[in-house]
Amino acid sequence: MMNQPVYTDNDPQNELVTLNLGPTHPATHGVFQNVIQLDGERIVSGVSTIGYIHRAFEKIAEHRPFYQITPLTDRLNYCSSPINNMGWHMTVEKLLGIEMPKRVDYLRVIIMELARISDHIICNTIIAQDTGATTTFLYLFQFREHIYEIYEEICGARLTTNVGRIGGFERDFNEIAFAKINKFLKEFPVALREFESLLNRNRIFIDRTAKVAAVSAEQALDYGWTGPLLRSAGVDYDVRVSDPYSSYGDFDFEVPVGTSGDIYDRYLVRNEEMWQSVRLIEQALEKIKHEPAGIFHADVPEFYLPAKEEVYNNMEALIYHFKIVMGEIDAPKAEVYHSVEGGNGELGFYLINDGGRTPYRLHFRRPSFINYQMFAPMSKGMLLSDAIINMSSMNIIAGELDA
Amino acid sequence: MAEVTNQELIQQLTEKFGGKIIGITEPYGLLTFETTKDVIIDVLAFLKQNTLASFNFLTDITAVHYPEKKHGIAVVYHLHSMVNRIRIRVKVFIDEHHPEIPTATTLWNAANWMERETYDLFGVKFEGHPDLRRILNMDDLGVHPMLKQYPLEDPNRVDKKDEYFGR
Repeated sequence: MMNQPVYTDNDPQNELVTLNLGPTHPATHGVFQNVIQLDGERIVSGVSTIGYIHRAFEKIAEHRPFYQITPLTDRLNYCSSPINNMGWHMTVEKLLGIEMPKRVDYLRVIIMELARISDHIICNTIIAQDTGATTTFLYLFQFREHIYEIYEEICGARLTTNVGRIGGFERDFNEIAFAKINKFLKEFPVALREFESLLNRNRIFIDRTAKVAAVSAEQALDYGWTGPLLRSAGVDYDVRVSDPYSSYGDFDFEVPVGTSGDIYDRYLVRNEEMWQSVRLIEQALEKIKHEPAGIFHADVPEFYLPAKEEVYNNMEALIYHFKIVMGEIDAPKAEVYHSVEGGNGELGFYLINDGGRTPYRLHFRRPSFINYQMFAPMSKGMLLSDAIINMSSMNIIAGELDA
Repeated sequence: MAEVTNQELIQQLTEKFGGKIIGITEPYGLLTFETTKDVIIDVLAFLKQNTLASFNFLTDITAVHYPEKKHGIAVVYHLHSMVNRIRIRVKVFIDEHHPEIPTATTLWNAANWMERETYDLFGVKFEGHPDLRRILNMDDLGVHPMLKQYPLEDPNRVDKKDEYFGR
């Protein structure tokens, strides 16, 4: 068949085993199919098949007004939805030329860094889980639950958050949210330190991860890697530093960089990023104290959906509400590319607006999709058990892979 | 690292490729230009090995469909120079009925799946691509769904029409 990849012609003695790893396999943590050819325990070749949860978001987005696209972005990398939501809001704000008040930027930094921590918790605990360390997985994973409780306090949702609006947030963070964030900042570093003490110098863990699936900086760049994967290979590229958005330029934080690009370095880079995220949240909370209280959106009534009680009691708000919902806002006819540092790398939004109610074209540059294409080529010659932790350490999220 | 301006890049590109570089704009500061498909790989290779700013990182390849234009499919490349912190966007308009363009996999391995996705969704045939198969949709789908002539909803349904949902 034309569409079948050739992978069996190198087996004249019929000694190799073809294994269907996936589409649903407990070791792959998502819907991924890899047809691999094994010589004993060693992988000879592999072919990745993706698209099992393709939902045609780019097509759907062409039929939706801007503010209805936010829920689609939730479902890209659903382990760190707020980053996607904010990335989308910022793309539209860039198109419309809206300047955010500093307090909104800092609130966004808080929720985006919480999302980054939750994303990295998933990845690092699952590396540990796949190397056999179940305790560490269960131990740190409860903090993802605490982060979800914070999301819940801010926007009412846990996984697919749909948080914020074009022009700011739908409501201010309440006292309970701040209390929960402060509690998290107190408890999480203790747990993360303990997590590190269980793994960082653990002989078994190092044997399983160090020098496994090492990638050079040249290879990583050639394959379009971004995010912690690229940084673990030694390239200090971080969108937060390179193209600062949401006032990241006001913050003092470091970009951890690895040297060898192996699984151990990826794990270390992600751990250090969690520490830096904690620092960023602490700084943001401190900075918010110096900003005028109660500001949670920009003053752009023609783009920002007004509060419901305003719509019912105030004619202007009703008019704006009607115009926004009916898509009668005048957005510039232009194209814009905006990217944010997602949990897995550069999450880009390429938006073309033709002045209509919906985008003419919206393309998501999804880091998981681009990172994952190296998986099959790099698995060649690897042990099957190493390939499994390699996949875990790439933190491929099926929603972002398929869009 | 010295700042590289868009003007310097335009000057360098027009010196090298002359009339093949057209439609230069700078929406939101991102240098955008169009070129033709016979020189696109040369342009990309020139940008990759550029002396001013080496655009050695391929951020994205995608396409846009403009059914009313003569050359109805725009293949869009986003390149990035991480060292100089500058991005560039290159567009090639190709014929909708013969959507063929040389592959960029000769320059970046990252282009492999990006081009497969573009082929899957728009039907753009990347000549010389090592493995040009559908990637997100099933093999026997038969159409390239992101083209504008295909509606979002099932056209046989009377309760769900595209105009109810915006466009």
